[in-house]
Amino acid sequence: MNILVFVKRVPDTESRIRIQHETRTIAEDGLNFVISPYDEYAVEEALKLAEAHGGEVTILSMGPEKTGETIRKALSMGADKGVHVVDPALHGSDALVTSAVLAKALGTVEWDLVLLGVESTDARMSVLPAMLAERLGAPQLTLASSVEVDGTTVRVKRLTEAGYDTVEGSTPAVVGVVEKINEPRYPSFKGIMAAKKKPVTTLTLAELGLSADAAGTAGSWSAVVDFTPAPPRQAGTVVKDEGDGGAKIAEFLAGRKFI
Amino acid sequence: MAEILVLVEHTDGDVKKVTTELLTLARRLGEPSAVFFGPGFDAARDRLAEYGAAKVYVAEGGDYADYVVAPRSELMAKLVADAAPAAVLIASTPEGKEVAARLAVRAGSGIITDAVDVDADLVAQQSAFGGAVVVRSKVTRGVPVITVRPNSTAPEAAAGAAERVDVTVELSDGARSAKVVDRTAAERTGRPELSEASIVVSGGRGVGSAENFAIIEELADALGAAVGASRAATDAGWYPHQFQVGQTGKTVSPQLYIASGISGAIQHRAGMQTSKTIVVVNKDPDAPIFELADYGVVGDLNTVVPQLTTEIRKRKG
Repeated sequence: MNILVFVKRVPDTESRIRIQHETRTIAEDGLNFVISPYDEYAVEEALKLAEAHGGEVTILSMGPEKTGETIRKALSMGADKGVHVVDPALHGSDALVTSAVLAKALGTVEWDLVLLGVESTDARMSVLPAMLAERLGAPQLTLASSVEVDGTTVRVKRLTEAGYDTVEGSTPAVVGVVEKINEPRYPSFKGIMAAKKKPVTTLTLAELGLSADAAGTAGSWSAVVDFTPAPPRQAGTVVKDEGDGGAKIAEFLAGRKFI
Repeated sequence: MAEILVLVEHTDGDVKKVTTELLTLARRLGEPSAVFFGPGFDAARDRLAEYGAAKVYVAEGGDYADYVVAPRSELMAKLVADAAPAAVLIASTPEGKEVAARLAVRAGSGIITDAVDVDADLVAQQSAFGGAVVVRSKVTRGVPVITVRPNSTAPEAAAGAAERVDVTVELSDGARSAKVVDRTAAERTGRPELSEASIVVSGGRGVGSAENFAIIEELADALGAAVGASRAATDAGWYPHQFQVGQTGKTVSPQLYIASGISGAIQHRAGMQTSKTIVVVNKDPDAPIFELADYGVVGDLNTVVPQLTTEIRKRKG
């Protein structure tokens, strides 16, 4: 089975994020970048499926040169090879562009499953798995809290408000996994060393048959109008409990008409 | 007047609160046309009329429920092509975003997610970096598809005709590629759904155990609130993951958020920072969450919370 996992390089949410208002971007110096945590679950799930059913796991990512490091991190978990779409024109791409580029990149490889995390911890749009399914005309097996493969049938538990639905589709399929679907493995020292030698193919937009103006900020179909710090919250009242803390809160709530 | 499509969220015709919010918002932007995937329209009609739907496009048929998302987005893409609305509003639920995502691709439209407001020029307001930054964005191509967060608009009634218009679409082969073969209902808590609730009562590491979450639940029940939990609490197995509020969990923006035994690391704050009123109980006076509090008590939640619950019950009579 050929399993592809799309990963995104994102700032570590534990880092302090500094916003550069002039350029409407975040200051990257001093920031620690990681594989988007949701995508780690996707990498782990892919590795487990490959272990159970045989096959190869390929890590696919899109981004600047440094995204290569993110791909190596996923390779050190045990994936077999990587595909890195790198092109300066991609900077500022929205989800519509990203899904179009990914769909094209998937056209360059054989694949049975493409796995992704449900959303990235930076943009948090949660739209990429569905967009990819639409562009590829492949079964949308998303919001998955478990994944089973039975020959060419893929069965997932799709989280719903009421509980979950059991959903089936045939390969090739798009699988979007939710958090805590598994416990991502830590790369071993051996894995980290081995990752250095694993092949990573790079692709530019031209090699994918896409023009620069279909990508990046220019190719995106929405634009930021402005970007302002939120008005600061007015400082509240903090009191020490002297046996009356609960009663005081009740009084506050009554004052605000909650009770 | 510009037509604004609003996708209706409902269970067997019981229209959800978020739809009344979106209809209210749609009325400021143009004339709302609700989009209802049936069955259940007869039960829903009055409520849709009450909140101003001028028209309701009704699509009935098993395919919309039996196959994942695509049939709905294909029908909506057809509506966008035929009716040429000024915008499409969809609730920012996990599935709503997927419908919006596929619709945007199919209709050749830009998409904005998690808007908390949309103005008359269709500029959407979003909250970024855990509430620290307000971003305003606009779709630049096609009919804007905008997903709107629950609890961001106060619903206002204003009568509409809710005229029924039946619609159909010829589905693509791909639309039926992901089939729902079974449905499993989780145990109902009887409490409001977390991302839609107007009051959320959460517990964190300070709660100490699964059993002790009972005091959080009792406070929630006294207020008719939903229960939330921090990552520390769900990781420890004290409360189910589906109630986690935070960076990797649900984002909520209720009228009132009461956090007990939660320190307020960025992980958690990102999920609740835009709540309108925040009350905090924590025994650590240096807990970062106090920076967000409109009212905070430094004390032991094991005495403060039950006392609060008792007071609320007394006042409610």
